[in-house]
Amino acid sequence: METIVQNIQGVPLNHYILFCSIIFAIGVMGVLTRRNVIIIMMSVELMLNSVNLLLTAFSVHHGDPAGQVFVFFIMALAAAEVAVGLAIIVMVYRNTRSVDINALNRLRG
Amino acid sequence: MSVFYFVAFLSIFFALMTIFTKNPVHSVLYLVITFFTFTVHYILLNAQFLAVVNFIVYMGAIMVLFLFVLMLLNLNKDTEPLKSNLVKFMGVIAGMCLLVTLAASFRLLEISDPVVLKNPDIGLVSNLGKVLFSDFLLPFEISSILLLTAMVGAVLLAKNDPKKA
Repeated sequence: METIVQNIQGVPLNHYILFCSIIFAIGVMGVLTRRNVIIIMMSVELMLNSVNLLLTAFSVHHGDPAGQVFVFFIMALAAAEVAVGLAIIVMVYRNTRSVDINALNRLRG
Repeated sequence: MSVFYFVAFLSIFFALMTIFTKNPVHSVLYLVITFFTFTVHYILLNAQFLAVVNFIVYMGAIMVLFLFVLMLLNLNKDTEPLKSNLVKFMGVIAGMCLLVTLAASFRLLEISDPVVLKNPDIGLVSNLGKVLFSDFLLPFEISSILLLTAMVGAVLLAKNDPKKA
């Protein structure tokens, strides 16, 4: 316990914010540069996780457990989102034989 | 202190590998390693409950689901659809613009207090359970309904339509 406390002593909150924004930006880049729907969903997971870590860091910094409860809810929501999203991907693959995001452009009106 | 920077470097490296690897299966495996480094971050913040949940739910359940669907659809490097280099370059530039904007605005904020554990047992299961079942009881129950709805929806979507077949 003491070593853990010593380890995070001295990491400024700014560095947590910067680190989480870098991971979030990497997720945005993944959404913009890939065409595989599954990889795009993985990038969304990356963005969700960066926000989770930032919420935890703020929660620890302010000594308020509500932030960590929010992270728990976000994880439950992400699990639901992944289940429905992958079901949709399997259904689209069955109809179009591809996971290319451009196969969905027939949704355009 | 240096542990944080080392693990942060590993997270960024594996996150970049996740989005720039051609083979989707390798991409999922790199994402698993990224989530493992996030678990180490939670342990460093002494959020033990979240570390265990992240380890079991994210690495154990969600990533296995991704891997399972990838293998079910039999995707590999040859079937991977790729964007043209120009679109990729524009995407990276747009992401970097977002990062620069965020970093510049945080620089203006100038919060640089070091993160201090004011209350060391804040992330333990007993403490979080008390908060979850007193202040957040209604959202907790509603999230159970959300999970039930998602389960029914996923089964309904993935099941074959008997009329069509």
